[in-house]
Amino acid sequence: MKRYLFRIIKSKIISVILTLIVILSTIPFLLVLYFIIKNGISVINWEFLTSLPKPVGEPGGGILNAIVGTAMLVIMALILSVPFGILVGVYLAERSEGRIAFFSRLVSEILQGVPSIVIGIIAYLWVVKPMGHFSALSGGVALGIMMLPLVIKSTEEILKLIPREIKEASLALGVPYYRTILKVIIPAGLSGILTGILTGVARIAGETAPLLFTAFGNPFLNFDILKPISAMPLLIFTYAVSPYEEWWAKAWGASCILVLFVLSLNIITRLLSRR
Amino acid sequence: MANQFIKKLGLSKDTLFNLILTISAVLLIILGVGFFLSLFNASLVSLKKFGLSFFAKAEWDPVQEEFGALPFIYGTLLTSFIALAISLPFSIAISIVLGEYFQKGFFAEVLRYLTELIAGVPSVVLGFWGLFFLVPIVREVEMKFEIPPYGVGILTASLILAFMILPYSGSIGKDAMRLVPNELKEAAYALGATRWEMIKKVMLPYARSGITAGIILSLGRALGETMAVTMVIGNYHGIPENIFSPGNTIASVIANEFTEATGEVYLSSLMYLGLTLFIITTVVNLIGRFILKKLQH
Repeated sequence: MKRYLFRIIKSKIISVILTLIVILSTIPFLLVLYFIIKNGISVINWEFLTSLPKPVGEPGGGILNAIVGTAMLVIMALILSVPFGILVGVYLAERSEGRIAFFSRLVSEILQGVPSIVIGIIAYLWVVKPMGHFSALSGGVALGIMMLPLVIKSTEEILKLIPREIKEASLALGVPYYRTILKVIIPAGLSGILTGILTGVARIAGETAPLLFTAFGNPFLNFDILKPISAMPLLIFTYAVSPYEEWWAKAWGASCILVLFVLSLNIITRLLSRR
Repeated sequence: MANQFIKKLGLSKDTLFNLILTISAVLLIILGVGFFLSLFNASLVSLKKFGLSFFAKAEWDPVQEEFGALPFIYGTLLTSFIALAISLPFSIAISIVLGEYFQKGFFAEVLRYLTELIAGVPSVVLGFWGLFFLVPIVREVEMKFEIPPYGVGILTASLILAFMILPYSGSIGKDAMRLVPNELKEAAYALGATRWEMIKKVMLPYARSGITAGIILSLGRALGETMAVTMVIGNYHGIPENIFSPGNTIASVIANEFTEATGEVYLSSLMYLGLTLFIITTVVNLIGRFILKKLQH
């Protein structure tokens, strides 16, 4: 009897210890969040969001160039990856067997695991080198390649979940195959595809490595996709490793905005996908 | 216009649609092959000059144009495996707690959110935080043990990496634990096992390959992680003597030197490093995914 009691108590104690370890593992995350908000929130004001950086020593200035840059890069990545990714995803969901499906799925899986810095090298080789200079376009290409596997995978997975009866009903009513896919199947899976796209945006918005030698950074406002452009993560990196205290403060402010943006995107996708 | 063109070709819209789908899938394959070939082609100058001795040489000298990747490969493997060792107990605890103790309910949701949101914090922000929070702490520790107090180095990078890969191994491990059939768990209870005994003797062995796959996939992440590591590893070109020494990983060298690289051999050697990293991470990832796929069948 005593022996049995001992085993039960041991089981309980272990469960408490394990739960404590899990809680402990979330502490660094809370620390990061606390640090960023504490140091960042006081920097953020209207001027910070709407003006360009000023030289070191001059008070004021903001990060408008980086905000515009990140927005442009994300839009370019979306244009490059979403239509293409959905088409490939539809192909994989419709013809999951076969050699073409096997190899494109393999490429998509490999791309998903490729370190972002290597994707940066590819964008450098494919866009920067032929053009002869850094550009926003090359950054968009790099981020687009990063997003592609996420769009493909979420499209394929959600379309496979849609009941066959829906598709068959549409075909039985005499709707051509292409219209069935475009007007019935894809709308039915739209929320899943959107979730994939939002996850992708959350991932690429904070990416720095592939932009180092593609978008490169730019202290001025730029809307030309053929010229170098700044981005939030690039600005944080440049400011963080600089020796100036006022730039550190700016980097905390930018980190705060970026983290809140990315985290709220993540939370929105979680809420969307739970439905 | 378009309609007439299609009619002239004698294609129905369905055939055309199928054609577009197939072309997209084939384009993706071409993209993948092109990816590898471009990287390989760009590495060719360095590949021809150094061959496989690139991986055995410890010097990295742009002036003499002598390049060897040994210190960086060593740094990459060292930081990744230390990170794996640090995160292992935590990731197994997450698998057990979220896969068995708390499967539903408010507490489970909060814990899951917290452990998974870490994956959303941009790597550059973690590196920045590491620079201002972790580095001073490591420096204090080093002063106590009378080691040169750099603060930055292999250990600091490994700590941040461990923290970054935790959500991946944790969430895959958790899924694997939840796949354990209820019949097996109930059988263990019926035989008189306590909850912990059931977890240890039934769930962990059953979920072992899933947990392993999660660990392998998180290793793939750690090997290629760039920004956070670049900011706290110290960027030292020699072979690190101990875990407190500054070092460099393949990814951090590329990030630091790519835009400054002058000369064909120098740039090509950086590409060669990129090719190496690409091959290592791809192999590691495909092994992890292969294990996961075998589980699902």
